[in-house]
Amino acid sequence: MDFPVIKASGYILVHTPNILKEGGSTQTTTRAKNPDDEYLKKLDDYLRSFEEVVSYAPNQAYIGNILPDELKNIKQPWYEEQNFVEGNRYGDSGEIMPEDEFYALIKHVDVFDLVKLSSDFIAEVESKVAEHPILKEMEIELGEGEKKSELEALLDNQAEPLYLNEELVGCVKKAHESDVNLNAHTILENLVAKASAVLSLKNMAVKNDIDLTEIDYVLECSEEACGDINQRGGGNFAKAIAEMAGCVNANGSDVRSFCAAPSHAVVNAAALVKAGIYDNVVVVAGGSVAKLGMNGKDHIKKEMPVLEDTLGGFAVLISNNDGASPVIRTDIIGRHKVGTGSSPQAVISSLVTDPLDENNLGIKDIDKYSVEMQNPEVTKPAGAGDVPESNYKMIAALGVKRGDLERKELMDFVKEHGMPGFAPTQGHIPSGVPFIGPAAKMMREGQIEKAMIIGKGSLFLGRMTNLFDGVSFVIEKNSGVKKQENSVSDKEIKNMIAGAMRQMADNLLGETE
Amino acid sequence: MDLENQQRIKDLADKHGAENLVVILGGAEAEASGLACETVTNGDPTFAGPLAGVPLGLACYHVVEPEIKSEIDDQVYDDQISMMEMVLDVDAIVEEVKTYREKYSEYK
Repeated sequence: MDFPVIKASGYILVHTPNILKEGGSTQTTTRAKNPDDEYLKKLDDYLRSFEEVVSYAPNQAYIGNILPDELKNIKQPWYEEQNFVEGNRYGDSGEIMPEDEFYALIKHVDVFDLVKLSSDFIAEVESKVAEHPILKEMEIELGEGEKKSELEALLDNQAEPLYLNEELVGCVKKAHESDVNLNAHTILENLVAKASAVLSLKNMAVKNDIDLTEIDYVLECSEEACGDINQRGGGNFAKAIAEMAGCVNANGSDVRSFCAAPSHAVVNAAALVKAGIYDNVVVVAGGSVAKLGMNGKDHIKKEMPVLEDTLGGFAVLISNNDGASPVIRTDIIGRHKVGTGSSPQAVISSLVTDPLDENNLGIKDIDKYSVEMQNPEVTKPAGAGDVPESNYKMIAALGVKRGDLERKELMDFVKEHGMPGFAPTQGHIPSGVPFIGPAAKMMREGQIEKAMIIGKGSLFLGRMTNLFDGVSFVIEKNSGVKKQENSVSDKEIKNMIAGAMRQMADNLLGETE
Repeated sequence: MDLENQQRIKDLADKHGAENLVVILGGAEAEASGLACETVTNGDPTFAGPLAGVPLGLACYHVVEPEIKSEIDDQVYDDQISMMEMVLDVDAIVEEVKTYREKYSEYK
């Protein structure tokens, strides 16, 4: 059987401490209750610098400069200076962008003139844009900019501010007089999701030498909704992103399922390619403003930096088998079904052991499992524990119950088949997909053969169902054998055989004559 | 504890009477389970939700506690919960929940 492949991937982070302060849901709800809240006053003292974010080991793992497993050898807490790693803002798979460059990108992706930047800021950031390897190719026109007084007037008219080092450098205007779906905050969230997705897609293309004009279809899988009062989730971020990234031959659509969406999207993309409908399908998602600083109160309580200061984004290209890139085993798909139930045991069975059983594989046949790869330094202080480790323990415990492994092997399994969490807690972003890039690298280097990517989603948050959701798929090292196109048809073969037999008969006749 | 859930529990207690309600927790962590138990017995300790200052005194157990486990069909428990028993720090959870139940629950 021939399978589609993971042709390329890109991973980006954007350091956005000011958007965190202004737009993160924990901060906005706290401010609405009490603008003088102690937490808001303290926040500045606990925010990290760009350099600190770049030197933070999990971030270097996310953009592909170190493998997730290498985090095991780096002392924790990773956020303490003595445990910083050599930081490079550019990575093998992507980059970490500072907030000022990102403001320029938000302005660039805004096609409705809703983002206004100050002329002073534009004068400063233009040189950075001109030097950035990707932005400089994007023909970014920032215009002349606004006077500060003009920005302040817009803030009085419900625009969302864009700050940099305490300085007002721009704003995002509301896009409608009264429609809450188009208010300034929603537009900011959506433009941020769009801009960070474009950056992910561009990085994927540049780092892997992909021509974006060859992309046929884009599936966007974030957790944002764009629309207006009459169609709140009207959608198609995908096409808006494709347009900005230069995918002129692409169409697209959005896939939603909370944090499970990226896995659904990759499975859908693989199906489109395998069916022959499209040759090159991109799965892409940008970051979430709301989740910035989500656990900030707990972090400050524990006297540690507010670590949820980066937006995350990713892009993955699924294409026809090239005989080299990791294949997506479309015959090993795990699904959380409506009737599965929501106990962890039922969920893990449906996503992990059911698809393996159907293919006569054991739990240990998968070299690495990628689950919800949230960085544990973010979640543990907030009482949510080490999420990846809990998932690995659950998979191992299920293995013990089934007899795949001995009880005493449980923690060894966690160590060998798992990895430390390294992704920002941006909901859909940590959900299985961050390991696609590292897995491809490990397969190239012969370290692993098979990896299972698991996406899970909390559908009940939308109050439409109490159900949970999840999808899993297996990626595997390419055997190097591409399915040969039937270059010779059956009819031609018959003709060739007939020809050979005729020739033999002629020879025999010749011999008897 | 989730504010929405606090309201739901408060409404159920108002409707059926606190003495007729048992809260069964499924939290994966001792601290969080203890917090939930404290909330439905002595009120929301974070003073953020509808149960702030409302000591309902409900009976409250974690699903892995023997009192509840013994009530569940063995096969169902094996299918749904036994895997998690291997993963969770059951002793710590039981200890934590029990502490708050014994201290604040009026319907043990």
